Amino acid sequence: MSVEKIIQITGRGIPLPGDDIDTDRITPARFLKAITFDGIEKALFCDERENTPDHPIDNLEYRGGKIMFVGKNFGSGSSREHAPQALKRFGIDALVGVSFAEIFAGNCFAIGVPVVTVDPQSLQTLISQTQKNPKILYELNIDKKELFYGELSISIEIQENQRSAFLNGSWNMLQNLIGNLSKAREIARELPYCNDFK
Amino acid sequence: MSERTLYDKVWDKHTVSKLESGQDQLFIGLHLIHEVTTPQAFAMLEELDAKVAFPERTVATVDHIIPTQSLLRPLEDQQAELMMASLEQNVEKFGIRFLNKNSQMQGIVHVIGPELGLSQPGMTIACGDSHTSTHGAMGALGFGIGTTEVGHVLASQTLSLNRLKVRRIEVNGNLQDGILPKDIILRIIHDLGIKGGIGHAYEYAGTVFDNMDMEGRMTVCNMSIEGGARIGYVNPDKTTFDYLSGREFTPKGDDFKKAQIFWKSIASDMDAKYDDTFEIDADSIQPMVTWGINPGQSIGLSDTLPDPSFFSGEDIKTAEKGFEFMGLKPGTPIRDTKIDVAFLGSCTNSRISDLREGARIISGRKVNSKVRMLVVPGSQKVKKQAEEEGLDKIFEEAGAEWREAGCSMCLGMNPDKLVGAERSISSSNRNFIGRQGSPRGRTHLASPAIVTASAIEGRIADPREF
Repeated sequence: MSVEKIIQITGRGIPLPGDDIDTDRITPARFLKAITFDGIEKALFCDERENTPDHPIDNLEYRGGKIMFVGKNFGSGSSREHAPQALKRFGIDALVGVSFAEIFAGNCFAIGVPVVTVDPQSLQTLISQTQKNPKILYELNIDKKELFYGELSISIEIQENQRSAFLNGSWNMLQNLIGNLSKAREIARELPYCNDFK
Repeated sequence: MSERTLYDKVWDKHTVSKLESGQDQLFIGLHLIHEVTTPQAFAMLEELDAKVAFPERTVATVDHIIPTQSLLRPLEDQQAELMMASLEQNVEKFGIRFLNKNSQMQGIVHVIGPELGLSQPGMTIACGDSHTSTHGAMGALGFGIGTTEVGHVLASQTLSLNRLKVRRIEVNGNLQDGILPKDIILRIIHDLGIKGGIGHAYEYAGTVFDNMDMEGRMTVCNMSIEGGARIGYVNPDKTTFDYLSGREFTPKGDDFKKAQIFWKSIASDMDAKYDDTFEIDADSIQPMVTWGINPGQSIGLSDTLPDPSFFSGEDIKTAEKGFEFMGLKPGTPIRDTKIDVAFLGSCTNSRISDLREGARIISGRKVNSKVRMLVVPGSQKVKKQAEEEGLDKIFEEAGAEWREAGCSMCLGMNPDKLVGAERSISSSNRNFIGRQGSPRGRTHLASPAIVTASAIEGRIADPREF
C-alpha cells in the first residue's frame, strides 16, 4: 500500500455552525443499507437540506470547499463510518471544530481526514468571516499546527500521534497492524480466555 | 493518570505494541460483527487478498436491517436482502460462526454477547456499533468502531487506539421505589452532559451498581456513549459470575473456577487511581424522560421543561432547536404530553427483565386506542423465555404488537419506523432528529416502565401510579 503523507490542505471553507451534530443527521440510517460506500455523499445531511433552502452543503458559494468548520461534539452518536465517508466523498479533506466525538474522530483518522480543534472564539471568527466572504482561501498546515488565511493565522490543536502519522504517512494503519500479527498471536497465548482457561 | 483500574489492567494485558503513530495496538478478544458495518470491510480484505486472522474469535449475527414481522426470504426490502446475502457469503467464505435465525441464538449483537456468555470479564470486545460499550457490564472493555477499523480487526485482530482517562462514577445510597437503571443512566448523562465523557472511560461504582442485576448494568453501560464516553464498565463480582455460569460459551466445571480467578484479578484494585470521580446521591434520582433532540436533554418526570436561558453558550441554541423540533414549550410539564407510538425494545432495554417490567404494568390493561405499541425482544432466546412466561399473551391481549428479535424502531433501518411527525416514547437510546426512521419523527427516551405506562394512558405517564 502506498504511503500518503498529509502535510497541508489548501482550499476554501464550508461553515456549518451548531453543536452536537450527530451522525444520524450527517447520514440518516436508511442510507446505510448498501454494501459499498459508493454514492454515500448523496445522503450527506439530506434530511435537513430538504427543509433548509440555504443549507451550507447546497449553498453554491461554498461549493468546492475542502475544509469544514464545525462546533462542539461534532459526529456524536452512531459509529457509522458512512458519516466521514460521505463528507470525504463530498470533497471535505479536513474538519476544524471546537471538539469531536471520539468514534467519529477515530473513523476520520482511519480514512485520512484530519480533524483539528480550535477555541470557540476562533471557530466563531472562521464561521462568520467565511459566511461573509466564501472566497477566503485557507491553508491548514498540519506540520506547523496553524490555519493560514491572507496575512493571518489561527493556531490549531491536533493529537500529536495523529499529527506525526499524517506527516510521515503512517496513518493508514492496516499494514502496520498486520505486520505485528505474530506479536498478536503471542499476546493471545498469554490470555487465559484465549486458551479456554486450560 | 489512572492506575490499577480494570481499564488499565485489561489495556495492559492486551497491548501488542506501541505503534509508530504513538497509539497502542490492542489485541481484541472478541469481534462481534453484523450486516451493516461489515460489507465494505470484507471488500477491503478481498482487495488485499487477506484472511480473517482469528475467525474463531469472530462471531456474526444479523440485527439492524432484519424485519421483525415476516422473516421469509428473500426479504421484501431488496437492499436489506442484499446486505443479508452479503453477510452470509462473507461468513461462509471466511469461516466465521454465524448466529442466524436458524441457530435460535440470533438477536441484537449487544444482547446476545452477554446472554450467550461470549462476552466475559477481562476481554477486549470490538464491534462496528457504538453501543458496544454495553459489554462493559460484564467487566470487559467494549469498543465501538467504524468500518475501516472492522477491517483492521478482521485482518489483524487488533486496533490502534489512544488510551482514555478513567472517571469513576459513584452512585451511593438508596434508590426511591420504582427507579430503574434507565433512569440512572439518563440522570448521569443529564448531569455530566453528552460531551462530558469525551476522552474518558466511565467506571460505574457504588452501592447502587453493587446491588444492580446484570441486565440493569447492561442498560447503564449501553448508554455510556450517549454521554460521550466510548467505554463504560462495572467491575465483575459475584453477580457477574452467577450470571455467566452455565451459558453456552462460558467455561464449564473446573475451567469456570479458573476463569473466576482471572476475572477477579482484572477488577479495579481497592487503591486504584482515577483521573477523576463524580458522585450522585441515589435518593435524588427521579424517573427520567428526554424532551429534546439529544439524550442529555432530559428532566425528571414530574418536572417542568426548562427555559433555554437556563443553559449557556451554544447549548441555548440546541435547547431552542430541541423545543422547536419536538413541538414543546418551556415551563410546561413533560407529563401528559400525548404520544402516538410506544416502543419497547433495543439494545438498551429489550431483555427479559425489561419485558417483565412492561408486562407487569400492562397486565389486565389496554394500550390506548390512539397508540401503536411495539414490543420487540432483543434476541430469539429472550423471545422464547418471554413466551414461556406468557408475556407475549399479556402484551397481545393488551393490544401491543409482539415481534421477532431485532433492532427494530431504534433506528428505522427496517420496516419499523415512525411516520410523519409521530411522537414516540421509546426505551431505546437516541432521540436524535430522524432517528426512528421519519425525518420529522419525535422521540422521548424513557425506561420500559414509563414507555408501558404511557402506552396505556396515551400520554407520558408515571408508572409508579400503576
